[in-house]
Amino acid sequence: MSRMVDIANHIVAHAVKLARVGVVSAYPITPQTQVIEEISRLIESGEMDCEYIPVESEHSAMAALIGAAAVGVRAFSATSAHGLAYMHELLHWAAGVRLPMVMANVNRAMGPGWNIWCDHQDTVSQRDTGWIQLYCASHQEIADTVIQAFRISEDPRVILPVMVNYDAFVLSHSYMQADLPEQEEVDRFLPPFRSAWRLDVENPLTHGSVIYPGDYEEVRLSMQQAHDAARSVIAEAAEEYRGLTGRHHGALVEAYHIEGAEFALVAMGSLASECRVAVDALREEGLAAGLVRVRSYRPFPREEMVELLGGLKGVLVIDRDISFGMEGALYSDCKAALYGRAEVPIFNAVAGLGGRDVPYTTIMDEMRSIVRGERREAVSWPTVCLNDHHLASREGMSRCG
Amino acid sequence: MRLKDFPEEELFLKGSAACAGCPGSMALRVAFKALGRNTLLVVIASCTSVLQSPFPYSALGVPVLNMAFATGGATGSGVAAAVEHLLKKGILRERPNVLVWAGDGGTYDIGIQALSGAAERGEDFIYVCYNNEAYSNTGTQRSGATPYAAWTSNTISGKREWRKDVAQIMVAHDLPYVATASLAYPTDFFNKMRKAASIRGTKYIEMLAPCPPGWKFPSDSTVRVSRLAVQTGVWLLYEHENGRTAYTAGTKRIIEGQSELLPVSEYLKAQGRFRHLFRGGEEDERVRDYQKRIDEVFDNLRFASRLRERLMDLEIRG
Amino acid sequence: MAKKERKHKAPERAAEPGVITTLSVPVVGSVGKTGSWRVFKPVKDEARCNNCLLCWIYCPEACISKDIRIDYDYCKGCGICAVECPRRAIVMVKEEKGGKSSR
Repeated sequence: MSRMVDIANHIVAHAVKLARVGVVSAYPITPQTQVIEEISRLIESGEMDCEYIPVESEHSAMAALIGAAAVGVRAFSATSAHGLAYMHELLHWAAGVRLPMVMANVNRAMGPGWNIWCDHQDTVSQRDTGWIQLYCASHQEIADTVIQAFRISEDPRVILPVMVNYDAFVLSHSYMQADLPEQEEVDRFLPPFRSAWRLDVENPLTHGSVIYPGDYEEVRLSMQQAHDAARSVIAEAAEEYRGLTGRHHGALVEAYHIEGAEFALVAMGSLASECRVAVDALREEGLAAGLVRVRSYRPFPREEMVELLGGLKGVLVIDRDISFGMEGALYSDCKAALYGRAEVPIFNAVAGLGGRDVPYTTIMDEMRSIVRGERREAVSWPTVCLNDHHLASREGMSRCG
Repeated sequence: MRLKDFPEEELFLKGSAACAGCPGSMALRVAFKALGRNTLLVVIASCTSVLQSPFPYSALGVPVLNMAFATGGATGSGVAAAVEHLLKKGILRERPNVLVWAGDGGTYDIGIQALSGAAERGEDFIYVCYNNEAYSNTGTQRSGATPYAAWTSNTISGKREWRKDVAQIMVAHDLPYVATASLAYPTDFFNKMRKAASIRGTKYIEMLAPCPPGWKFPSDSTVRVSRLAVQTGVWLLYEHENGRTAYTAGTKRIIEGQSELLPVSEYLKAQGRFRHLFRGGEEDERVRDYQKRIDEVFDNLRFASRLRERLMDLEIRG
Repeated sequence: MAKKERKHKAPERAAEPGVITTLSVPVVGSVGKTGSWRVFKPVKDEARCNNCLLCWIYCPEACISKDIRIDYDYCKGCGICAVECPRRAIVMVKEEKGGKSSR
């Protein structure tokens, strides 16, 4: 074991090194850039035996990643926000091509205007591309999840790309401690790269040509089945990793004080850490509060939601994203999981967009109003505060006629 | 290598979905003969995505990764990097040829960024653009490679602009090897592919690919139109290495005076996409525009060739 | 490696788990016997042919073997071989009505 005290972006690079990745292709974008800076440094210094492709765009980063995985090499990329959006077409292709690969995404808001701070709009927008999406809440979890992600992605029951998500600045740029396993331990956990197929001159096959309506749907069903299978694979990987390192960050979800809870919060990423503080404070007030942190957003923890939230007196889902024209995306998913299986009063707070701070006191206020039965609206925006800047901007616009 | 020495083995398998007289399948077939089985092929969205036949059968006898439209240079980079990694690790013993196959839409337009990026990085693959001068797969819309005055389904009175020249853009990237090719000169194409395979770095070869339905000529004339393009000087055959361009095959013979430069109207008249230039028995002034351009190009090429000969002569005499 | 008949499995088998992806297998006749597309067929005059191999290399469909035999099962009848033959040793002959003859 080696202990690092560093920014999460550097810790990711060292986890990627331990995973013996053979090809990295990536394009710089704030707040991800230090991941690839550190990887390129590790390669140039000879510490990491890997080909690094400094591509000219994220679209190309993902295309190169698919090409590398198709040859039969463990491949990694990292991006954020607009970079992820620019990859969109190829995120679909990467999942559909049925090759394992891992990408780190630093969760950042989408423009306009340019906002480099944290929210989950970037990855929630890529929800339906077929990628497995894991969300982390600490530096340690990020390091451990990157290593687990390769194992999940390459499992013969899965063979899907895995995205490891963590929050801009709060995690990406903050200095924290993380323990990294020894190389031999990782090698035991992560066998040499395997895939469902590869470009092989001894057994030439053609991937991805025209496919007619009579054949297509089964290919999509196969991806859905892989996501279903991934639920137990994610749990197994987490469990086996615990055996190796003693660390466990949850399987599809991580529950906190949920036993005996009457009220619960649901959140993803670093916001869940703030929720833990709120839970502790609410418990001090005598309120039986708990927390479900969603670690795997896709596949979605359907069963866990029913099991952990079913029968509670009230649930607040905090979304750091908004599905425009509907509500927070995580909220919709939670309700869908519970539908017809458990009756729970469930509410939504859309908060913390574009890096806005969500203090634990705000979370407590939201929860208290649910507890008191005062909460009427399904969806609230508790951190919104129209200020002078907005008014000045609106005044400017009014001059356009 | 001469025609009789070309390998007999067919890696383009008959019974494909290609149209009769398809230049794409013809070019692939010769490319496969040049490169052989030890080849990894990346096919970019184009007619070749279709002509290889639908799931679950394929007319292509080498491993193929079909990829999205704008990704030729990038996918080639990823494949090449993985090959490099496996060679270093000793997992792969023999270096396979990495071949990226794209149309002019995927090369000139939507894919030029990825191609330029890969070329600048010197990624180790052969990039072949089979240029049928339009978006033929979607029903013949104009591309950056569509020539001046040509009909396409969205330039119905003829394209107003002259085409750009990606081979020359690749020369400007200082690649170790850039060449153009014609289906009418298969030996020239074969030898260029072989040479490209022997060079490390990014190699770019552009094949003019006259398309019977897109250019509106009978399916039996694909080679004839290809040859006319060279004989009339519309399409130049050359290879560029070490900072020098050497003209080859039909183009070389015209420059050196061994064969004559045919009038461009012979090429244009052979195709329905230029029919509007010859309505009512009169030549449209755009035919003269063409001839003027070609004459200027060949005047320069002939002058440069004579100059070179004279200088070499002086050098020999000391 | 001629293409096999497509067999559709019972619907319940389609839901079996296991990776199904868009991988295709190389075969001769990947879209079937394309000789049926032909309207005119190329006929070789043995006496005129001098094995120059131009028809062999120009055939877009790999339907002419190096010893200049034409595979009528797959020849689409494009006519390039007849146009390009310098000795006019291949002529295009209209397929008889009902076509699809492989002779």
